Order: sequence, then structure tokens, then C-alpha cells
Amino acid sequence: MTRRNNLQKHTIIALVEDRPGVLNRIASKWRQRGFNIESLAVGHSEVRGLSRMTFVVDASTDAEQVVKQVDKLIEVVSIRDVSAESMISREMAMIKVRADKSNRSQIIELVDIFGAEIVDVAPDSVIAEITGEEEKIESFIALLGDFEVIELVRTGRVAMLRGSEVSHPQEEHEEPERYQGVEPPYSAK
Amino acid sequence: MAEMTGAQMVMEALVREGTEHIFGLPGGANLPLYDQLPQFHPKIRHYLVKHEQCAAHAADGYARVSEKVGVCFATSGPGATNLVTGIANAWMDSVPMVCVTGQVISSLIGRDGFQEADITGITIPITKHSYLVLDAAEIPKVMREAFHVASTGRPGPVLVDIPRDILQAKAEFVWPESVELKGYRPPLYPDPEEVGKAAELIAEAKRPVILAGHGVIIAQAYQELRELAEGANIPVITTLLGISSFPGTHPLNLGMPGMHGMYWNNIAIQESDLIIAAGMRFDDRITGRLKDFAPNAKIIHIEIDPAEVGKNVRPTVTLQGDARVCLRELNKRIELIERPDWFERIEGLRRDHPSITIRETPELLPQYVIHKLYEATGGDCYMVTGVGQHQMWAAQYFWYDKPNSFVTSGGLGTMGFEIPAAMGVQAAKPGELVWSICGDGGFQMTLQELATISEYGWPIKFAIINNSTLGMVRQWQTLFYRDNRVATPLRNPDFVKLAEAFGILGLRATRKEEVEPVIRRAMNHDGPVVCEFLVKEDEDCFPMVPAGASLEDTIDLPVYEDERVEMTA
Repeated sequence: MTRRNNLQKHTIIALVEDRPGVLNRIASKWRQRGFNIESLAVGHSEVRGLSRMTFVVDASTDAEQVVKQVDKLIEVVSIRDVSAESMISREMAMIKVRADKSNRSQIIELVDIFGAEIVDVAPDSVIAEITGEEEKIESFIALLGDFEVIELVRTGRVAMLRGSEVSHPQEEHEEPERYQGVEPPYSAK
Repeated sequence: MAEMTGAQMVMEALVREGTEHIFGLPGGANLPLYDQLPQFHPKIRHYLVKHEQCAAHAADGYARVSEKVGVCFATSGPGATNLVTGIANAWMDSVPMVCVTGQVISSLIGRDGFQEADITGITIPITKHSYLVLDAAEIPKVMREAFHVASTGRPGPVLVDIPRDILQAKAEFVWPESVELKGYRPPLYPDPEEVGKAAELIAEAKRPVILAGHGVIIAQAYQELRELAEGANIPVITTLLGISSFPGTHPLNLGMPGMHGMYWNNIAIQESDLIIAAGMRFDDRITGRLKDFAPNAKIIHIEIDPAEVGKNVRPTVTLQGDARVCLRELNKRIELIERPDWFERIEGLRRDHPSITIRETPELLPQYVIHKLYEATGGDCYMVTGVGQHQMWAAQYFWYDKPNSFVTSGGLGTMGFEIPAAMGVQAAKPGELVWSICGDGGFQMTLQELATISEYGWPIKFAIINNSTLGMVRQWQTLFYRDNRVATPLRNPDFVKLAEAFGILGLRATRKEEVEPVIRRAMNHDGPVVCEFLVKEDEDCFPMVPAGASLEDTIDLPVYEDERVEMTA
């Protein structure tokens, strides 16, 4: 993905508690507030009990509101819009293409150019697997359009910051000093 | 600690959280809870409502004035779904509430059991959090978290759904020492640098206004707001839910802004060069057409909920935190500035556009009734309202000096709120005078609760402003739909007889001279009273900003030829 594309779409990474219903709550926020989500990928993180999700928000959506609204959910431990930062992002796709003796080699040639892989070969079809940034996958699929695409499946984007920085540092939360004379509202007594 | 059943644990947790009053209604799935109530009485009192919506509204009204968390009980399925309006109401107005619902037994969940409804799912968009408890041992932790989440940060409702078998199961009661929620850290303290910037803006401002909202009341920052207004000499405009955050008769109080706000306020906001927005969220009823809102103003937004900052209006400076803490910090850096030109301008607007006056008419006007209520009470009461014209008049023609004395459904605009919310207010403030101003439409949405009021003897005084119409809707039909009055005229029951059927004193006034005696009689009566005031049908509520128009286009009170009575506090 290019820099320019980064400015249009937003890539947001969230660290969430791995509990039933979390995805429902997050999706409910998107729906309720009318946020357009282009893709979503969820899986376990390096911390037990926490999942990390990457989602992509389309250009018409106010990404700041997405981050703030989703952050209000109690199960969302941390959330961050990494679009403007230096990061790596990847998507994966599998494309099943009609192929026989006559054109198989042409497809393989294309697969090699893109650094993709043939993962299944049948007498009348092949499945190509490709991993990369969104644009690369887009152009690969476009070029396969010269052949007959039978089926296409894609994952959502996953992203990670470059360098040793962690997307969600587990900051030590310090209780701020008790403000003199002020009790938090509604303190249960 | 010894083993307990799930139901005992819920009750034990409520005791530990300081709950004294519960509003609810039993059913198959929450019977184990009800089975425990006698053992906890009178430490915890339960009030039986007639419809669960009213349990939620009563808990809501209770929470608003008691500064505690409101609690309501309902059974599974229809019991739980009946709570939904009440939960949504509390959500929109940031009211702390814990709703405990029974659920079908855990083995039936997801199989469309009798009286099953996915209430945790249904309430996701209208709660701060919702729990489905599937292990009795988790109940203490869940209850503790529920109260913590409901009452801290920007308060709001939390739902705890517990299957019947979990309420009956036994486990050890382990009360967590503290609440640990990784993903929940509401901000409390503003950034000192931002406070400094805010103080600079205030010092430079020539035409500042304070917009005070519900957040000031929730944070109990009455004194701090007053110190800011008086200390920096800035007029205060209170939003509908901000009413009673600042004394109503204070010379710096300009009243309400927005759709039915004072003309001078809307113009002052448009002409201001600085808006100090404290605990308010720039609702569309306040801003009018957003892109034309306060074009010359810099904005200091004092707000506890990060998601509200920049949602509607982009602030120049943000003080993120509890309104009381933020105002205290800000008040350390302010200085008194005379702003003779600005106050002169506002005075001029008030002179030329009176906004609130009561005409001399042969018919009984609703505004007159509310003004008489003000005279009779001197403003020293809790005022609960429904939603519609009467609500706006109650906001315009009554002055609230007593902090947090105006209880109304603001965000959701729930008609019928006035009866159950008044129950909650009276339960929280037993010795105090509670008036509930009702519309004839809204009154009929929840009037079954008159039975509840009668049972518990709550001495609430209801004033039905009866114009035999869904008044605000009729006003919109008149102004925007060619006066085509479809489905707005009401054929009402005899409200006096209706009250009597519930064993409640019913009074009626149809002419001006009857109003004061009726109010006096109601206030001298030792129990609940329903007063019906038959008012002019077609009275419109002004000033008004048409929906989608700019505040500049506020239509002031139309000038009538008849004699005017000047309104003063």
C-alpha cells in the first residue's frame, strides 16, 4: 500500500479482551454510528486472553470518532489509528482460476512475477495464493481477469508498526493523586 | 465467607454497594431474587411497579436526585424488553443505573425458551456494558463492576442478566477488593497546559458565554460553576438538562438556549467570541444548523467523555475530565473582567425580544399555570416533567434555584417519563415537595403507576397541562404541515375521576381564578394529588428555531396586541 492510499483509508489496530460478544459490541458501534468498515481481521495476540484486531475504515468515515467510540467499550483495552505511521500491512487472497494444459503455464508465469504461489492444481483449475499489500493483490486479481476466475476469497488486512515499537504498549496505569476535596461523582457509599 | 445462592449474592452485593431502594416486577425467571427480598427488608426496600418501563424510569429519577446508582429488577423476556425504553432514556441522559434481569435457565438459552429474549444483545447500543452471568461464583465481581462502570466517568446504565438456575446455584461469596478493568479508565484530571490555554482565552474574550449542561450537575460542580461565572463575569446559559446547575434567579443566568430557548441566548451564542461548554455535548436541539453555529466563537470544551470531543463541534481547547475538577483548576487562573458592552448588548436583546411573556387572554394559558406553580412553591421543590410543550414551558416559566431540582427526559425525549420518574424522585427525597408537570398525552402512557403511588403513599403533586392534544406534535403540524391535524386531537378520560379510581385526590381548574386555589389545596393535601388544568388548546411554544435552521433564525414570541404581563423571577 502506498502512502497516498494511507491518507484515504484508515488502518486501526485494537487490542480487545477475548470474550464472547466482543465482536458483536464492536460491530454494533459501527452499525449504530454508520461507520463503513472495509475489512476486519481478528486473532490471538501475544498476550493470553487478549485478541488483536485490525480493521480498515473507508475514507468517508470519521476515523477519530471510530477510535473514540470503540474505545468506550469496556472490553477494548487499547485502540490506535496507525494510518499515518510507518507500518507494514498485509492481506491474503486465494483465487481459483479455470486452467488447462493450454494456459496453465501463462498463469504460473504471472504467479511467479507476483511472488504468489500455486497451492492446488486440478485438470481444469488452479488455486493461486497471494500475500501482500492491498494494491499488489488488486493488480494480481486484475491480471488474472484475462483468464476465467471461478472463485475469489480474501482476508482482511493485518498491520504492524515497523521497528521495535509495540502497537499497544501495556502502559502502567498510575492512579493520579487524589484531588483534594473532590470525590468522584456517585461514589457508592 | 459462607456459601450463598446466586440470588443471595446479588442481594448481598446490593447491600455492599449501598442500594436502599429497588424498583421492579417479579416473574418466573427472577423469582429466586424476590424470594430473598424479605430477608433484606428494610435495609433494601422494593417498590412494585405495574410495568417494567416504569421500574427503569423510577430508578432513573431516583439516581438523578439521590446521587446514587438507581436499581431496577425485571424478569426475562417481556419483563426485560419492557425495560428497554427506560434504559435508553438513562443512556441518553447519562444516568447511573444497574438493571438486574432474570433469564431463562442456562440450558435453554439460545433455544427460544418460553419468555426468552437476548436482552444483553438487545441493550448493547444503550448500555455502558451488559453482562450475561453463567457462573454463580462470578456474581459478586460482576455486580461490583456493574456499579463501578455505571457510576464513574460519564455515568450510564449497566445491565446484568442472570439465568434462573444461576440465581439458585450455590457458590462462595468472594467480594473483590477493587475493580480491575483494563479497558476502562475514564479521564478525571485535565491537562494543566490546556487549563492554562483556557484561562488565556477567557482573559482575552470580549463576548464570552458559559454553556452549562448536565455534566455540571452530575459532577456536583454547582459552586465551581458559580465561581467561574462570578469570578470571570461571564453570563451562564443552561441547556435543558443543565437547568438548576446554576441558580435560576442569579443575575448572570440567562436561561435556556436552543430550539425553544430564549431569543437573546441564541443571538448571544451566535455573536459570542468564546463559548465555555461545561458538561454538555452540543446536541442538535442546542446548536441549530451545525455549520452556522457560533461562527466567531472559540470553544473551551469541558467534557469527561472523549468521544464527545469533536463529535459535533471542534473545540479550540479541551479540558478532559470531571467537570468539577476541571472547573476548580480553571477557577484558579481567572480574573474579574468588566464587559460592559457585552452585557449591554445582551440586555438590549432581552429588552427588545421578551421571549417569555404571558398574554392577558380570556382562556387559561399553560404558561400561566406554570407561573402560578412557581409563585406557590417559590421554586423550592423538585420539578419532574414529561416531554413536549409543557416541558418547554416548565423550563421557561419556572426558576430553579435549588441545585439539581429539575428532572426531565432530555436526550431521548420519553413521553410518560413524568409519572415513574417522580416516583423515584419522591422515594429518594421522602420529606420534600415533588411536583410533576405532565402532558395529557404523556400522562396516559404510564398512568397505571397511579396505583403504585397510591400503594406507597408518595405525596407527589401532578399538574396535568391538559390541552386535549398532543400539543408539540400539533404545533409542528400547524407550522410545517399546513395545520393538518392528523392523529393529534385527544379524547381524554376524566382525569379527576381517574385519580379517584386509584384512591388519589383529583382536582380540576378550568379558569384562571381556579388555578391558585387548586395548587394551594394540592400542596396542603397530605398525599398524592392529580390536578388537571384545562388550558387553551392551540397555544404554541415560542421562541422557536425551526428544525434545521440556524440559531440566527430564532422566531421570538409573536407580538400580540393584547396587554402583556412582564415575567420576572
